[in-house]
Amino acid sequence: MRIKRWSLQVLAHIDLPLLLLLLALMGMSLFVQYSASGQSDARLLSHGLNMLVALSVMVVVANIPPQYLLSLALPLYAVGVVLLLGVATVGEVVNGSRRWLNLGVTRIQPSEIMKIAMPLMLAWYFHRHEAMLRLKDYGVAALLLIVPVALVAKQPDLGTALLISASGFYVLFFAGLPWRIMLGMAVVAGASLPLVWHFMHDYQQKRVLTLIDPTQDPLGAGYHIIQSTIAMGSGGSFGKGWLHGTQTHLDFLPERTTDFVFAVFGEEFGLLGNVLLLTLFLAIIARGLMIAASAPTLFARLMAGSLTLAFFTYAFVNMGMVSGILPVVGVPLPLVSYGGTAMVTVMLGFGILMSVKTHRKLLKS
Amino acid sequence: MNSRTEIRNYRVELAGFRRRVVVAAGFVVVMFLLLLSRFVYVQVLQYQHYHTLAENNRISLVPTPPNRGLILDRNGVVLAHNYSAYTLEITPSKTGNLDATLDALSQIVEVTPGQRKRFAKLMAESRNFETLPLRAHLSDEEVARLAANRYRLPGVEVRARLFRQYPLQASASHLLGYIGRINDKDVERLQAAGVYDNYRGSDHIGKVGIEQSYERELHGVTGAEQVETDAGGHAGRVLARTPPVSGNSLVLYLDSKLQAIAEQAFGHYRGALVAIDPRTGGVLAFVSQPGYDPNLFVDGIDTASWNELNNSPDRPLLNRALRGSYPEGSTLKPFIALAGLSYGVRKPSDSILDPGYFALPNSSHHYRDWKAGGHGTVDMHKAIVQSCDTYFYRLANDLGIDRMHAYLGQFGFGEKTGIDMDGESSGVLPSREWKAKRSKMPWFPGETVIAGIGQGYNLATPLQLAVATAALANGGTVYKPQLVQAIIDSRTGKRTALPPQIERRISISPADFDAVRAAMEDVTHPGGTASVANAGVGYRVAAKTGTAQVVGIKQGAKYDAKRMLEIHRDHAVYIAFAPAEAPTIAVAVLVENGSHGGTTAAPIARAVMDYYLLGKLPKAAIVPVAPATGDAHAD
Repeated sequence: MRIKRWSLQVLAHIDLPLLLLLLALMGMSLFVQYSASGQSDARLLSHGLNMLVALSVMVVVANIPPQYLLSLALPLYAVGVVLLLGVATVGEVVNGSRRWLNLGVTRIQPSEIMKIAMPLMLAWYFHRHEAMLRLKDYGVAALLLIVPVALVAKQPDLGTALLISASGFYVLFFAGLPWRIMLGMAVVAGASLPLVWHFMHDYQQKRVLTLIDPTQDPLGAGYHIIQSTIAMGSGGSFGKGWLHGTQTHLDFLPERTTDFVFAVFGEEFGLLGNVLLLTLFLAIIARGLMIAASAPTLFARLMAGSLTLAFFTYAFVNMGMVSGILPVVGVPLPLVSYGGTAMVTVMLGFGILMSVKTHRKLLKS
Repeated sequence: MNSRTEIRNYRVELAGFRRRVVVAAGFVVVMFLLLLSRFVYVQVLQYQHYHTLAENNRISLVPTPPNRGLILDRNGVVLAHNYSAYTLEITPSKTGNLDATLDALSQIVEVTPGQRKRFAKLMAESRNFETLPLRAHLSDEEVARLAANRYRLPGVEVRARLFRQYPLQASASHLLGYIGRINDKDVERLQAAGVYDNYRGSDHIGKVGIEQSYERELHGVTGAEQVETDAGGHAGRVLARTPPVSGNSLVLYLDSKLQAIAEQAFGHYRGALVAIDPRTGGVLAFVSQPGYDPNLFVDGIDTASWNELNNSPDRPLLNRALRGSYPEGSTLKPFIALAGLSYGVRKPSDSILDPGYFALPNSSHHYRDWKAGGHGTVDMHKAIVQSCDTYFYRLANDLGIDRMHAYLGQFGFGEKTGIDMDGESSGVLPSREWKAKRSKMPWFPGETVIAGIGQGYNLATPLQLAVATAALANGGTVYKPQLVQAIIDSRTGKRTALPPQIERRISISPADFDAVRAAMEDVTHPGGTASVANAGVGYRVAAKTGTAQVVGIKQGAKYDAKRMLEIHRDHAVYIAFAPAEAPTIAVAVLVENGSHGGTTAAPIARAVMDYYLLGKLPKAAIVPVAPATGDAHAD
């Protein structure tokens, strides 16, 4: 009886439309992963387990009222920055970049924490200064944004740095950052591109050049883009059929369970599948924005809005990269790519969205 | 007031926020439309392009080389065939790190530094994405070990390949030739001929001999397999297959037993023998001694063997029968005699008194006969039987070089015989034009005189001599000599005979022919220059002996007293045909430094004819005895 009531209470904080959309995406993901992994049951099982863990995290977070999240913002951000500083000084180098921190028990990638901590922090900041929002506040917010982003960019992990700054920027955007300032930022950003180029690592420059002309280096940097575009294009309108992607199953597609899983999807399910996937993403984003639009507090609105747009950004950057219109950056396709950490982070975000959505309803009733 | 402001602020702020949400939603939709348009472009508009690329990724066209045709002798004895063995092959473009792969391989199977070096050389010469052999003849155990390690060695494959083998080894080597790895020059030639596509997947091509001249028949048609290949280059399912068509087999006129007997008959002598069926032009035996083992060349000859063959003073790689040019010596006399009869310059009964020399009018120079004091009264018969030089000096002088050139040219002297093998020499049949072209000097009468006994400028290959002898034997029909008598189609098994090819017919009156033939028969009878070698022969033989003067000693040749003496010696020449009344075999023999045709060359021809006509095997290995040098002797 008690248990029943408790579980009802817990489930009351789940947004059913969003949950169904997420489950649909996860269901698709299971099929693609099975195919991409060469029909590996073990991989399917571990992917499924990651989903269960992520879903549990989502349920837990959904039950945390937004005001508790609010109080978590500063400590989480502080811990995130400290850990990033830790990475910069004693981090482990994997594949040439310093991204991991060994905590003895487990290795963590503090930049993942920042993906949540950044919008949380900025939303908290704007929430606190809600009554008298001045230009100075945008300056402080920008500073709060730049420090961790710079630390991540220095690892170097340009992809994650861009994603973190995007999620932070979305908070500023929803908080009402004036258009003229955004325009000015765009101009400055455009003007500083050569400078950015100058500070980019060789491999990063190569990735950009490769995007412009992948055939320059067909067996090196261009290989990923060429092969994934071939996979995508050869899928045609209706795809080659599940488990029948030749690029996938004959080993031509690299990183096909992680960053390039979308190429497997496009090859096997074609344009039809891609449209379906886009629609699903769009529906999830639409639901997220709806939640944001009707959120009761500024903090909740900013959180919901920026997390939703961050989710959009992951999806867009990944699909753009795989289909060959964006440079290769290590961004997984949310909820579809294999990988536990990213999935947990994304679902944690959706947990926050659900918390925002359901606690308002409870408050009203 | 305050709270109202707050509420208003809240409303204004919420409205502002919602506007931003709408902007964000619009942005999301625009970006997704951008993605969608990219998908449409790639998956619909560019579908064919990417489909093709994916198929090219997936499907590789693997050529399946055909089995090379066999070479058989007239009795079906196999002279060249194929056997299957495993080779270790590498596609360098698919290995990733070639050096690491080679190192890993040498942990699994033995790879000598020499093989690695050879592989590096092959790689330098090869086209990109080509598969190259690292090692041939893997043992079963090595094949098993490689199979077990295959997964970690991309681009490495074990293939069953056919290898060429010549079971008779050195026997008939100059006739068969050999195949070798296709090199850049071969590629150029194949491309020029427009047949290069047919050599995809083939590693070998005929280099010399029949293997080269019948390459078109022997090679066959390359097939192809459409194989699904993964990114590591490992072949998977076969999607489609066009089977290769094996090369056609060749049936030679050659009798391998006859060939072996002839080769053995040479003993330690260098030289050449060509036996031709005068009824067809078919080559029954084709000897150039010493020979070599053609098996050495099939997969690239090792340096030591090459140096040994190439530097040997015996020059085993020289095809003497085809390319060796020697003065005909006295073996030319029957042909000169026929010329004299044909032009009416002599009747058989015309005789001269031989003082032991011939002198041109108004000249004191004596062209000496081999026999001091001369042969006395000499008619044509005696002149041939005893090989009287004086008779032929005079006859040549009476004929003149122009008529000699015209008449002997009909027998094929001075021109290539057109045998079905590449690289033959044309010899020299001197004429005024020939000399003018060569030395810008006029023709001197004395040169005509010595041409009458086959000396001077005259040069012929043993093959030419055999062709001329065959024409003499059959009464004037010059056949194009042929090694191959039939081709067996690999698909139908149908045997297509290659018809004998008549080069020309020389009109010889039967009376003239009989006169010369009778004289040549008596050469083998007591009193003739080849009587000893033909003693007790069980059939009628017509023959002529000869001596070809060795022009000089090559400077820089290995100095060896015994050897020097030997290479001073004249070459022995001998032509013969039998049975004289209806010849089925015509033979020309040349023994380098053999001195006298009758003593060294004639026994070899006898052994060949005995076997061919009577099936008689030589009693013991015939080792012609080297005669003492320096003594005058009838040749």
